[in-house]
Amino acid sequence: MSTRVYVPRDAASLALGADSVAAFLRQAADVEVIRTGSRGLFWLEPMVEVATSDGRIAYGPVSLADIPGLIEAGMLTGGAHPLRLGVPEEIPYLARQTRLTFARCGIVDPLSLDDYRAHGGLKGLARAIEIGPTATIEMVTHSGLRGRGGAGFPTGIKWKTAADAKGERKFIVCNADEGDSGTFADRMLMEGDPFVLIEGMAIAGISVGATKGYVYTRSEYPHAIAAFNAALDVARREGVLGAAVLGSPHAFDIEQRVGAGAYVCGEETSLLDSLEGKRGQVRTKPPLPAHKGLFGAPTVINNVVSLASVPIILTEGAEYYREMGMGRSRGTMPIQLAGNIKYAGLFECGFGVTLGELVNDIGGGTLTGRPVRAVQVGGPLGAYFPPALLDTPFDYEAFAARDGLIGHGGIVVFDDTVDLAKQARFAMEFCAAESCGKCTPCRIGSVRGMEVIDRITAGDQPEANLELLRDLCHTMKFGSLCALGGFIPYPVMSALEHFPEDFRAVHREAAE
Amino acid sequence: MAGFEPWTKERGTAIIGSEAAREGATLPILHALQAAFGYIHAEAVPLIAETLNLTRAEVHGVVSFYHDFRRHPPGRHALLLCRAEACQSLGADALASHVHERLGVGWHETTSDGAVTLQPVFCLGLCAVGPSAMLDGNPLGRLNCARIDAALDRVR
Repeated sequence: MSTRVYVPRDAASLALGADSVAAFLRQAADVEVIRTGSRGLFWLEPMVEVATSDGRIAYGPVSLADIPGLIEAGMLTGGAHPLRLGVPEEIPYLARQTRLTFARCGIVDPLSLDDYRAHGGLKGLARAIEIGPTATIEMVTHSGLRGRGGAGFPTGIKWKTAADAKGERKFIVCNADEGDSGTFADRMLMEGDPFVLIEGMAIAGISVGATKGYVYTRSEYPHAIAAFNAALDVARREGVLGAAVLGSPHAFDIEQRVGAGAYVCGEETSLLDSLEGKRGQVRTKPPLPAHKGLFGAPTVINNVVSLASVPIILTEGAEYYREMGMGRSRGTMPIQLAGNIKYAGLFECGFGVTLGELVNDIGGGTLTGRPVRAVQVGGPLGAYFPPALLDTPFDYEAFAARDGLIGHGGIVVFDDTVDLAKQARFAMEFCAAESCGKCTPCRIGSVRGMEVIDRITAGDQPEANLELLRDLCHTMKFGSLCALGGFIPYPVMSALEHFPEDFRAVHREAAE
Repeated sequence: MAGFEPWTKERGTAIIGSEAAREGATLPILHALQAAFGYIHAEAVPLIAETLNLTRAEVHGVVSFYHDFRRHPPGRHALLLCRAEACQSLGADALASHVHERLGVGWHETTSDGAVTLQPVFCLGLCAVGPSAMLDGNPLGRLNCARIDAALDRVR
């Protein structure tokens, strides 16, 4: 019998050559190669796992040149080799995590529903059908789950609002427009465990009385789009989706739509406009999407990770989930360690871990080996924190208290070669390029912001222009319609506050 | 990379018709047209407007709003180079300068031999293996000048 070998097909693993590793293994040995998602330990990718009598044994990072030697060393029976990592779950990076939402990612064949079931899948949906909508929504509310897209709004309350709203039809919309730099959790999940998102959406649909769901996935994620569409086909064929979800009287189906490169469509109301076939412009609220959302119907719009966290809550109970975390941030968060960091990857754990633990202890500091100078958390709208703020615990409120945000949980590390004035200018430039144009503070403010920063760094009346920049940021923060213009002041003002020396023309001339 | 078919009104009309029944069909139609022809031909705009009962201005507004939709034919190969913060932290700006110099093109431009169109992209979700890019849909990670040159050599 051929030995089972697992090779990830996560886009980041493919970016490091996983496809050719899989092809070469098939040629070089009598193996059955199963393509999985990634465990999220990207410095070890491509990470190959072999099914042995002692369970799975991992090797990595495996390059094509390593394969003959690995096979000679007895890799197919778990033999010793410098690249042997042992039992994957015992690798400290994984052993320290609490994997709930990502429990199956990197382990299962993403398109095998049998595999999904064998690893605890579909129990949450079965339970939701058994206990009914009201009890399901109460459970989600009680779990303390908050929106993982960034806003942190309680998921259960959103569901209850849509459930109570009157409408001939209702929708579940999944926001898979994961545009923040430093984030890739949605992508990994859709490529590595797409059924958990389908299950979460079906639970949401049954809970609020919606029979149709849309997933809006960004076009920059072709592998996630393909994997999720393939999973939808399987789910329909196996009766997870369709006229009778798992044989119940509930109907629910999902259609995936693809974005077109507009960052602002990650904002929920512009996403809805985009789904309706319009320019992705932000809507004023009220009305809330839960009252009047997609095509004017009551709509629940949640992030991928929020929806994918629901099945485990239904399976294990609200108490189990809410026991983890700190303050009002309950449960686990899949944190993404990215940029200039030694151990880049996905780290799911309860809220409360400090930024310093994540960056230095777990992440191993910078990849370049130089000192950490700045850490941006929460994507292009997130603040730049200096090393002095690394004691901030990962918690919605703790970050807000320090004029930052956790956003979708992406952490981007910069070493001491970073120029924070340049990063601040980039934030304004990004906002100018991505503004939907509906409100003036964002559309015009971002362009003026670039110009003002240019004047400051050129030494043109720096004090007066710094005052002007602060005033402009204040206007954008409080006058913008959505988080794009409203939060762009975070990276700009944090750069100015914590790294003022980078904005001095004298310093800049010396550096150049 | 698979070549694109030349624009014809007949094929365009057929593609628009095949997606038109979806609710909010504008983006699916535009994606389907671009997948077939490589860009959105100006003649497609009134056809979409008529099919979806929209004004031409509305359709034009959608085409021009989204970065993805091109209004001119692209090169035979598409290089998407990430310019976002995580890749910046590992030298994406220097890599971009190198690519500009090597290809002799700016952003959104195509090399004179029609081989490669260079596009900026803000995040490919490959932030743990940056600097990153996507060449004809294939992700590339941990790029440096030599690695991107080798990848470009393979397609040119």
